[in-house]
Amino acid sequence: MMFELVWLIPFIPLCSSVLLMLTAGNLPRLLIGSLGVGSVGIAALLTLITGIYFMAEPVPFELTLWSWMQVGNFAPSVAFYFDGLTLVMMSVITGVGFLIHLFSTEFMDQDHSYARYFAYLNMFVAAMLILVMADNLLLLYLGWEGVGVCSYLLVGFWYKNSANGQAARKAFIVTRIGDTAMALGLFLLFTELGTLDIQAMTTVAKETWQVGDNMPLIACLLLLGGAVGKSAQLPLHTWLPDAMAGPTPVSALIHAATMVTAGVYLIARTNGLFLLAPTAMMAVAIIGIATSLMAAFTALMQSDIKRILAYSTISQIGYMFLALGVGAWTAGIFHLMTHAFFKALLFLGSGAIIHCLHHEHNIFKMGGLRSRMPVTFWSFMIGSAALAALPMTSGFFSKDQILLQAYLLPGMGPYFWIAGLVGALLTAMYSFRLVFIVFFGKLNIEPDRDTGWRMAIPLTVLCGLSLIGGYFVIPVQAVFPPLSDEHPALWVEYISILVPVIGLLLAYLIFHSRQLRVDGIVDSKIGQLLHRFWFSGWGIDWLYDQLFVRPYYGLSTMLKSEPVDAMYSLIVAINQTFNQLLSEAQSGRMRWYIVSMVFGLLVLISLALQISPEVL
Amino acid sequence: MEGLNVPLNHILLVSSLLFAIGMLGLMIRRNIIFILMSLEVMLNSAALAFVAAGAHWGQPDGQVVFMLILTVAAAEVAVGLGLVLQVQKRFKTLDMDYANRMRG
Amino acid sequence: MVMVNLILILLVGGVLALLSERINENMPRKIALGIVVIDLLYFLNHLLAMPEFNQLQTPLVADPSTWIMHFKADWIPAFGISIELALDGISLLMVLLTLVLGAVAVSASWTDVIVRRGFFEANLLWTLAGVLGVFMALDLFLFFLFWEVMLIPMYFMIAIWGHENRGYAAMKFFIFTQASGLLMLVSILALVAVNHSATGQWTFSYFALLNTPMAEATSHWLMLGFFFAFVVKLPVFPFHTWLPDAHTQAPTAGSVILAGILLKTGAYGLIRYAVPLFPDAAMEFSYVAMALGAAGVVYGAVVAFAQTDFKRLIAYSSVSHMGFVLLGVYAWNELALQGAVMQMVAHGFSTAALFMIAGSLQERLHTRDMREMGGLWHFMPRMGAVAMFFVVASLGLPGLGNFVAEFLVLLGLFKVDPWMAVIAALGLITGAAYSLLLMQRSFQGDLNPKLADHGLVDFGGREMLTMAVMMVALVGLGIYPQPVLDFAEPVLQSLLETTP
Repeated sequence: MMFELVWLIPFIPLCSSVLLMLTAGNLPRLLIGSLGVGSVGIAALLTLITGIYFMAEPVPFELTLWSWMQVGNFAPSVAFYFDGLTLVMMSVITGVGFLIHLFSTEFMDQDHSYARYFAYLNMFVAAMLILVMADNLLLLYLGWEGVGVCSYLLVGFWYKNSANGQAARKAFIVTRIGDTAMALGLFLLFTELGTLDIQAMTTVAKETWQVGDNMPLIACLLLLGGAVGKSAQLPLHTWLPDAMAGPTPVSALIHAATMVTAGVYLIARTNGLFLLAPTAMMAVAIIGIATSLMAAFTALMQSDIKRILAYSTISQIGYMFLALGVGAWTAGIFHLMTHAFFKALLFLGSGAIIHCLHHEHNIFKMGGLRSRMPVTFWSFMIGSAALAALPMTSGFFSKDQILLQAYLLPGMGPYFWIAGLVGALLTAMYSFRLVFIVFFGKLNIEPDRDTGWRMAIPLTVLCGLSLIGGYFVIPVQAVFPPLSDEHPALWVEYISILVPVIGLLLAYLIFHSRQLRVDGIVDSKIGQLLHRFWFSGWGIDWLYDQLFVRPYYGLSTMLKSEPVDAMYSLIVAINQTFNQLLSEAQSGRMRWYIVSMVFGLLVLISLALQISPEVL
Repeated sequence: MEGLNVPLNHILLVSSLLFAIGMLGLMIRRNIIFILMSLEVMLNSAALAFVAAGAHWGQPDGQVVFMLILTVAAAEVAVGLGLVLQVQKRFKTLDMDYANRMRG
Repeated sequence: MVMVNLILILLVGGVLALLSERINENMPRKIALGIVVIDLLYFLNHLLAMPEFNQLQTPLVADPSTWIMHFKADWIPAFGISIELALDGISLLMVLLTLVLGAVAVSASWTDVIVRRGFFEANLLWTLAGVLGVFMALDLFLFFLFWEVMLIPMYFMIAIWGHENRGYAAMKFFIFTQASGLLMLVSILALVAVNHSATGQWTFSYFALLNTPMAEATSHWLMLGFFFAFVVKLPVFPFHTWLPDAHTQAPTAGSVILAGILLKTGAYGLIRYAVPLFPDAAMEFSYVAMALGAAGVVYGAVVAFAQTDFKRLIAYSSVSHMGFVLLGVYAWNELALQGAVMQMVAHGFSTAALFMIAGSLQERLHTRDMREMGGLWHFMPRMGAVAMFFVVASLGLPGLGNFVAEFLVLLGLFKVDPWMAVIAALGLITGAAYSLLLMQRSFQGDLNPKLADHGLVDFGGREMLTMAVMMVALVGLGIYPQPVLDFAEPVLQSLLETTP
């Protein structure tokens, strides 16, 4: 039976990773590459087979490997839970993961630490698979932290540059803040519900708690803390743009397609809890849309190709959060999948550009690459179209669903919808700004090579997926509560379709044909100020630096000299003072000793007589 | 009991005087020989008091202790004179104020 | 008798190592390693041969016959002092940890110690003997004796083979431990006296002294005597200041033993004595103790962050990690206690390994100052990878032993006091901050051009083997901690029953 072998899917990349670590780069390069790519390939194949079996008979399946630990009634197992949602996530991870591994073999071809790279990358795939397959929150947390560490290792992969190390540590610590909130959420859930098994927990929660109770609200907000950390949402998003310091395929896999969407997965997976806490759902939606807008404005100002994509990722995940918050679970996961396709495509495309352009990141130094790198150009065209949600691309289907569902939410719905439209407009603008600046205009730097087949194949496949991904039907109906069949008015749909096209037009007019002059606005004082403000990501990094980082450094430096020890030093000092005083009395002269003894004796005797004269 | 019948108080007075003289010598003399002699005087003053007390109470204990003091004094002199020789050798003087190497 | 032999082998082995120096100066380390391994094998062999070992029964705290092993012989019968040793699940874990880390420590001293090797190995073995005694003695007088026995050779190890500021560090270590030990001695004597006036019998036996009836105020004071001795050893904020100095100045093997094993005697003492002997007083005191623990977790982590000395940073990380143990003990429920025991074992391995890495760096670079390191991964990739492993272990990566420990402690603590758990959980964030900084400053970052001249040699076979033992142990504890939990479980159950 296929399902009993699902443990192989994370296990094979894990084995490959351990093998690569143990051999420490002493294998031939071809073998290293084959191990790295092959293990994920096999995992993808197994996922495919499992998927086929599952689609034939879509019944959720549990597989317990062993009891992890058992202390009293706390008994989490190393167990996997397999349903439609798991299948979608696994397909994305192994499928997109395989393509990115293949791409990496060319991208990292010249690197010394070829084996280390694939060891980390395979480890990441294994941890991410464990995250989505976990049947209890503790095992999920294992995968969650595992991907965090892999992300840290890969962002800081080129360790000799300390800026990379800085970015890697920032990524880890900022997400760790969220992770700690999530851990507290786990403690709360276990203390209140007595289990961490996701399915059992949801059932117990529904029996114990009423909709709108405080407990589920707190628990969901804590879980949300973990999700915003991992998925780079406000207020914990600041690590993702810096995390672009890692190799570009890493950004594609970890910081676009898979790990950063773990937060979305977590909320979707625990939807039973979130449904009990409408306030938490609202928080998810507000965080999502706020992040989405914030990041879109910032993306419009960036000049580093990878930072544009990073902010775009933050913005798109914001849409997924919006979807989850308004209860459009399926749409959220659907957008997660299509986003994985087109964002991986864009990142790999940018990787190809960076690879062929001597590690140039600044888009204003590029230009006219359309004819020189045709595969990459078309990848970017298709990827940007999907990102901007132009009709008939995959992004269109998913984003449209989100916006329409948001519109239907009673109360806040139309506002979410309008904000979402503004975001969509900006998305179209920044994505085509990138395309026009990099691929059109005059050639600035001549690429020293074109993409090889190992880069071209993943790009082509992802192009295909970005185009047709919208027609996939994801098997998650059974996982989420059913939606109402309501449809918004037709004009709402038309506007939703029209907005991205307007964005594209604006981008064309401003950044390509230059018919729309914006220099006046940009060069004005307010324009400059806004530009700098948005360029720096709304000054949030600066704010955190002032609020948290500097005080922490200050506190730590202050305590470095151990104020507590001063207390003990005081005791020592008092002792030393007495020691000095008493050693003065130790003059070494015998006569002085005798005289003091005699006087001491006299004093004692007279005291004794004073107290009890009757002894005389 | 025949013989001189000196009252106990008188003997104790002499003993105290001797003790005071010894102690005074101990306090003011600097020469180690005199210090030892003063010590000797103090020991003997105590011994005298013991003997007198023993005679007064008609007990042999006083004399026993006297014997003990005698031995202690002899031992003390032996050690003391040895020290005197060493002091003379090291410091070329018998002035104890110069032998203050134990100053803290 | 097995338990007596375990200690005797080490004591006699120490003398052998001392004498063998006259034959060949490389002999002592071989003998020391042999002795520790023989001791370990002897212990394992005996354990596995015990028929009842496979089905651990729940021991009654006050009934030694239900323990795994028990040995009693008269020593000073007039005062009810006997040589009483006993072994339950927790002591068993600690004895195993001691012997394994003992072997690791000998390995750490292999090339590190170059003068008076015989005396060094002898001190090492005698310390181990003392520690084993502490973990197995159930007569309070004997316990105190071993408590002192493990201290003195350790003092010599720091004072003779330590680094530049060894005299100060050794003295500080000695005075802190000694002063707190005296408080415990006073408490022990007072407890025995109280017991004597209640029952008319002189006895120092743990089993007899449990359930000694006493006035509330008395029990508070006596409990504090024990508490101080143990928290100074653990160490707990604000009694920790001896530890950074002692760890930094001690030779590598000394640091390994100090951090890996000696600190655990404090935790063991709390679990074995401070709470069960005075259950009511301890429970009333638990909030203060937990507050100290939480303060230690955060304080240690914050101070570690600012350190520039490699070993000092690890030392402060120990302060932080031991805060979790104190929290676990005083949360006093099964989850938290299991976490505390787990933390004792896992921290033993992770810190011992980090100290060994620090020692290897010092041996190669002749400095512990991280400002003079940087980019070492380039020269020593194996050492870098190993360091990375233990760094992520110490910051609590799931799948490794330390995570299980911290998670259980916090989970148990959350039931008792959620806010305390929130404060302690800050340690997870700050822990990540200093751990990764350690990695950044030493192994990653810009290459320090001066380092290239040192002719840096990567980890060799002996070092990799030692590290591998500890890595396997941590992974094992992380993904299948059940054996350790099973050993501790019956003991903790019965201990929990001693308190209201």
